[in-house]
Amino acid sequence: MIAVQHAVDPLSVPSDAPEHCPGTESELAGKTDACAGCANQDICASGETKGPDPALPLVRERMSSVKRKILVLSGKGGVGKSTFTAQLGWAFSADDSVQTGIMDVDICGPSIPTILGIASEQVHASSSGWSPVYVQDNLGVMSVGFMLPSSKDAIMWRGPKKNGLISQFLKDVDWGDLDYLLVDTPPGTSDEHLSIVQYLKESDIDGAVVITTPQEVALQDVRREIDFCRKVGIRVLGVVENMSGFVCPSCKTESQIFKPSTGGAKRMAVEMKVDYLGAVPLDPRIGKSADYGVSFLDEYPDSPASIAYMDIIDSTQFTLALCFIALILCP
Amino acid sequence: MAADETPVAKRLKSIKHIIIVCSGKGGVGKSSVSAQLALSLYASSPTARVGILDVDLTGPSIPRMLGLDGRGVLQSSEGWVPVYADGSEARLGCMSVGFLLKRKEDSVVWRGPKKNAMIRQFLSDVRWGELDYLVIDTPPGTSDEHLSLLEHMAPVHSRLSAVIVTTPQAVALMDAMKCLSFTRTVNLPVLGLIENMSGYVCPCCGEVSNVFSTGGGREMARQEELTLLGSLPVDTELVTLLDAAESADSEQAADELSHGTERTFQLIDQYQRTSSSKLFKPIVEGVISALAVSSGTPQASSAEDAKIES
Ligand SMILES: Nc1ncnc2c1ncn2[C@@H]1O[C@H](COP(=O)(O)OP(=O)(O)OP(=O)(O)O)[C@@H](O)[C@H]1O
Ligand SMILES: Nc1ncnc2c1ncn2[C@@H]1O[C@H](COP(=O)(O)OP(=O)(O)OP(=O)(O)O)[C@@H](O)[C@H]1O
Ligand SMILES: [Mg+2]
Ligand SMILES: [Mg+2]
Ligand SMILES: [Zn+2]
Repeated sequence: MIAVQHAVDPLSVPSDAPEHCPGTESELAGKTDACAGCANQDICASGETKGPDPALPLVRERMSSVKRKILVLSGKGGVGKSTFTAQLGWAFSADDSVQTGIMDVDICGPSIPTILGIASEQVHASSSGWSPVYVQDNLGVMSVGFMLPSSKDAIMWRGPKKNGLISQFLKDVDWGDLDYLLVDTPPGTSDEHLSIVQYLKESDIDGAVVITTPQEVALQDVRREIDFCRKVGIRVLGVVENMSGFVCPSCKTESQIFKPSTGGAKRMAVEMKVDYLGAVPLDPRIGKSADYGVSFLDEYPDSPASIAYMDIIDSTQFTLALCFIALILCP
Repeated sequence: MAADETPVAKRLKSIKHIIIVCSGKGGVGKSSVSAQLALSLYASSPTARVGILDVDLTGPSIPRMLGLDGRGVLQSSEGWVPVYADGSEARLGCMSVGFLLKRKEDSVVWRGPKKNAMIRQFLSDVRWGELDYLVIDTPPGTSDEHLSLLEHMAPVHSRLSAVIVTTPQAVALMDAMKCLSFTRTVNLPVLGLIENMSGYVCPCCGEVSNVFSTGGGREMARQEELTLLGSLPVDTELVTLLDAAESADSEQAADELSHGTERTFQLIDQYQRTSSSKLFKPIVEGVISALAVSSGTPQASSAEDAKIES
């Protein structure tokens, strides 16, 4: 039977490496057959790469003024990562004394500018770096969506270019002092995910919130995402089940559109030994708010979906606080 | 040209039509449309031979959707043997990274170059045999997988075409537009657009709710002068069928290996009983007739050296 081979340490393979790259930190770096012809071969062979990436100290410097860094992840597409990231941003920034940043690393399909209602904005450069676009004084955003001449343009970039932009987002954006940096990601476990984890390795990611929908086709990708988090050493703060049940506006009966045929996120969380943060129902007004770029939480604060979102956001903050205490007690 | 024919060109020689299913947005139904397209093409004639290639390397859905979880790929002297969904009849072959994983919850953590190599291998090493249609399911976005596909298939460019899937809401349409720009940049003819998950009928009172809005795909097709191949409502029966709920235990999978065909014939029967399959019929007819038109008129040969950035 044919089977795929896994790299020993996925984090030590650069984005422009040949397919059988042994990893820059490996003893064999620059010396294997696969290294022949690689642009980095000489540097690897010299042993220099066993040291850190030159961007890392710059990223560390920028990130030193950011208290909490949270990733929003899912192996599956379209489960509501970007929507959740936006609600989290809005909920945090409801408190005037809290500064939040949202970084959208979905390079090929940036949705954050539209969902936050700032799609026509542009990024400005100043002496202290690129300025984020502000939704309000205490909610700054950075996305490749602000850099395109037209929203219709496709970004046909391979890994190394995406990697380059992500490193710029981390070292060149003038975030200022932040209480939270929320990172919205594309689906999968590939270049964007590896890059963000690599660059933030020394700045400590507080954890990841993993989003799923209830059906098995989504859950199987989410199990892989949790496996990825374990491989690269990211704490999973918990799993959110989105689009969980739909209440008919006419007869008020609840039906399951994406039926949890294998027990849904709750059972998956138990099996994978991660926390279950809660479920958000499917509500067409969420999609509409996203399309119009308005805050669903502000528009429909009493809806069951808003209440569910707020509960989940509270649990997330609670988990973060626990992690923080644990760190103080046993650093 | 013929003298230095690439391994991919050689391998794909015996395939009449290659259909790439794409959309910029995640979760709009690329994989379920690919699966339905393959099943419907298979059922369109008793002799139709169909292949389905899943190039979503980090989130493969096709094995699960076709009830083939847990199956593996064998090497033969002529290359990798696809997994046949219809058993011994061998008219519906599938290939996916999902068949190559030791444990199915293993993540595939690959950067571009490894993905590129895997795709090249899928295109050059799989023993498809004679095929009428090869349906390719893609991940969201316009990145390594898409560029690699187009690059390796440049020698057979005249047999390539695309179907774009979107859901009706603005956030999805925006990405579908990006996907359309991509097809235009690489000179990939678009057979048409499918609007998926448009409207949901309450099983209790029959009221139609536009859970993800409605009509956005139709509007995009009109503005961009694309064929609207069809509009599919939310079908909960389809979700359950594609979740392969009843084959969840691996005993049965092992059983199938020895007993061959039974279950998948079941899958096609079950699929044909869903309301989606009836709505999909005109879509498949649209695809088949669009293919007939595009292969009847000779394509501009300049399409073969479409420039893509690498
Ligand atoms: N609970 C919900 N009820 C109804 N619609 C929702 C809900 N959550 C998200 N949506 C809608 O579903 C669509 C997909 O959501 P979103 O774009 O946030 O997903 P994503 O995981 O970021 O997708 P991608 O993988 O493409 O980045 C959007 O149109 C969004 O408005
Ligand atoms: N018409 C429909 N009605 C109801 N559910 C649907 C419909 N089409 C697709 N689905 C379900 O929606 C989910 C997402 O669909 P699918 O996996 O095909 O999307 P995708 O575009 O391939 O996602 P990804 O971007 O993650 O590859 C699946 O569970 C699928 O069964
Ligand atoms: Mg998103
Ligand atoms: Mg898919
Ligand atoms: Zn009803």
